[in-house]
Amino acid sequence: METTTICPKMTVKPTRGLVDEDIAIVISGLSPKQAITIRSLLNSEDKDFWHAYGHYVSDDNGVVNVVEDECFGGTYNGREPTGLIWSLKPVPGSRPALRLRKVDVLTPFILNISVYKGHISKCFEEPPLARAIIERWYIAPGVSRVDVKEKGIRGTLFIPPGPGPFPGILDMWGGGGSGITEYRSSLLASHGYAVLALDFLSSQAKSMHSGNITEKYFEAAFEFLQSHPRICSDRISICGFSFGASVAVALVANENSINPRCLVCVSGCHIIQVKNTIDDALEGFFRHPGKLKYDESNHVIWHGLCLPIPTDESEKVKVRNLKCPFLLVAGSDDQNMAAAESAEDIENMMKAAGNEHLLTKLVYPMAGHLIDPPYSPHIRSSNFFDSIKKQRVVLLYGGSTKEHCFAQEDSWKKILDFLHHHLYDAEIISPKL
Amino acid sequence: MKTRISPKIIAQPARGLVDEQIYIRVSNLIPNEKITLRCLLLSEDNDFWHAYGLYISDDKGVVNVAEDVCLGGSYTGTEPNGLIWSLKPVPGSRPALRLRKHNVFTPFLLNVSVHKGHINGDFKDASSLALTVIERWYIAPGVSTVEIRENCIHGTLFLPPGPGPFPGILDLWGGGGGLVEYRAALLASHGYASLALEYISTQNTSINVNNIGTEYFEAAFHFLKSHPRVSSEQVGIFGLSFGTSVALNIAANRNRISPRCLVCISGSHAIKINGTIGDVFADLKKDAGKAIVDENNHFIWKEIILPRLADPSKKVKVGNIKCPVLLIAGDDDQNWPAVDSARDMGHMMKAAGNEHLLTTLIYPKAGHLIEPPYSPHTRFSNFISVFTQQKVVILWGGQPKEHSFAQEDSWEKILHFLYHHLYSSNIGLSKL
Repeated sequence: METTTICPKMTVKPTRGLVDEDIAIVISGLSPKQAITIRSLLNSEDKDFWHAYGHYVSDDNGVVNVVEDECFGGTYNGREPTGLIWSLKPVPGSRPALRLRKVDVLTPFILNISVYKGHISKCFEEPPLARAIIERWYIAPGVSRVDVKEKGIRGTLFIPPGPGPFPGILDMWGGGGSGITEYRSSLLASHGYAVLALDFLSSQAKSMHSGNITEKYFEAAFEFLQSHPRICSDRISICGFSFGASVAVALVANENSINPRCLVCVSGCHIIQVKNTIDDALEGFFRHPGKLKYDESNHVIWHGLCLPIPTDESEKVKVRNLKCPFLLVAGSDDQNMAAAESAEDIENMMKAAGNEHLLTKLVYPMAGHLIDPPYSPHIRSSNFFDSIKKQRVVLLYGGSTKEHCFAQEDSWKKILDFLHHHLYDAEIISPKL
Repeated sequence: MKTRISPKIIAQPARGLVDEQIYIRVSNLIPNEKITLRCLLLSEDNDFWHAYGLYISDDKGVVNVAEDVCLGGSYTGTEPNGLIWSLKPVPGSRPALRLRKHNVFTPFLLNVSVHKGHINGDFKDASSLALTVIERWYIAPGVSTVEIRENCIHGTLFLPPGPGPFPGILDLWGGGGGLVEYRAALLASHGYASLALEYISTQNTSINVNNIGTEYFEAAFHFLKSHPRVSSEQVGIFGLSFGTSVALNIAANRNRISPRCLVCISGSHAIKINGTIGDVFADLKKDAGKAIVDENNHFIWKEIILPRLADPSKKVKVGNIKCPVLLIAGDDDQNWPAVDSARDMGHMMKAAGNEHLLTTLIYPKAGHLIEPPYSPHTRFSNFISVFTQQKVVILWGGQPKEHSFAQEDSWEKILHFLYHHLYSSNIGLSKL
């Protein structure tokens, strides 16, 4: 019987999953105890190539099961079912300081997963032994995307399918990027929430208010959600990230019409005030430029700008006034914002005020600033357009890859549980059928 | 104003292949509440299909379709996938419909909704409490297609991603004709280079049954075998209905082609192709009078072929088959005498000494159209008669629950069979 070649068989599930779903990769038909490299490759919307790879050895039956087997090296090691996604890095020779972000949430990331002979770290030559293609989506089928430019606010609303009413989320991102960052909002909508990704930093948003975005803008955004026919007016949360988180906690602690059911803040701090305009608040961050630091690669460290945390309460957000459950997430290696220090201080202030029972604080060791939904790659530093100084810099965000990716995975689970608990599970009052 | 929050309905996978199980869970209902779950689909032919099940939530206000008992509707009992396999045309639809995917590059979209109370099937005025949408795909990402129009072969080749070489499958449908791609696309999504072959054209005059004989299928087999991304020694044939007869004919003629294995569904070896397909039809037409028309004016054709089982000259010499055969039949098949044929084939192979190659799966109360899961069961549907070229309604047979079980169970066994013979039997021989 003539010797024939048949390629190894690779199965990857799910074939078209949401970005926060686990993946399972099984390869069979290898020789027993064969050394292979599995490589994932992605072509970003910015046309950069990102890859990750792991070294494996098949068992006696010629099978490699990424969920169960040890990875012996590559861009990750150990037993890491999703390592081929979270350890993605720009390929050698790429432009420096890149960040992987999905701009168009209506299309998926396409991941190309290939198997190569031997344990290799470069020269991934075509053809591989086997290949699979999977899609990773930030949006579930049936979720609608609606551009919002009304009632004085600008943003993108994502609504799940169905009559509702749904709990609502006001999603406030941070600085940087162009346009509205939508991917976390669309992902939250895919978990059953009506989410408004609010634009409060762009020139288009400012032009709606003669250049001045104030607290009233956020009140209007909150009220927009409350009065939406498919949103349950008393089940609205605010989720903030970075500068958005800092603004969110300040707004909620103020006396105004913003009364969320619960609050989620990731990688923010509590030392800015929203007394005047948002631009003033942003400039307030940079009032001590002497505290800027640079690492050995000349990447800018903003971490010290908020330090030391003031002891005078009038210089901080009055967290004593918070009346809703508050989930606070930070990385202890955040080099961009003193988020971990801020979290500790918030806890102390709330203990002193007697409302610490509202607080759930999650500070992740060796995690950095960009705590994204899983399984986003860890970005330790990347390009940033400083809109105040009007210059491009490279910001250091911090974090060690494995621990940072653990923080993303763990915090996201906890964020989803927290939101579900407070927005869905909370007691049904006077059901209207 | 405090309003009640919408129940939360989760259906997974949100974007799955058609043969993947679904998991549907509804939460935030009132405890011990009566609800109806409904699945609605708009076919490519613009007909609405639906299925529904009556449930009662537990003490926590949760319904979990994989575990809970459905109390009525288009299915009953604990049926995780009942909302898909029990799909039927909505009341008032055109009669005798069959659900088939023409464009494999787009998914079926299923609306899964929750309704208050137990609804008896009339959803006209029933607004939903909650809704989710899922996609069901016949093709995995990365599967590519090649239109094949060479050497008179008419078909579509579906190739998995990667360099291969892959095992190959020649995919043959039945007398309904046309180029049916969805099963080949699904097989390619499982790692097989699959050629969906057209051999009876309803529109294309270049595929004239009077010009097509076994050489056409052998040419298609050779095409597949010699494709640069197909492993020449690992090519099988997959047939349903008339396609099964074709598969048995060409496999038994062992001097010409050597398939590695055969999957034969709902067919018979009592169709011998001596000349052209046209000759076969002309021969069958002589016995068209043996067709029975039931009280609904539906045609039962199995009697046309049944008598041939007694005539050795009309049967393929299955004793000559040299490869493993997986034979699948439903005992309520009203279109072909598939079970009688399966038994007779077993006798013939025993007499010839090659019955060790045969695995037979006979499914009680399953009909003729044993498709990949979770296709809805079609007991009868419109068909263009190969005898008269007129539209008739054919009785395929089968009962929904048992037929759907047959589809699910046989598909799992088919995939194992194909993997065993086309992938894993090669372990140790592969050059890596």
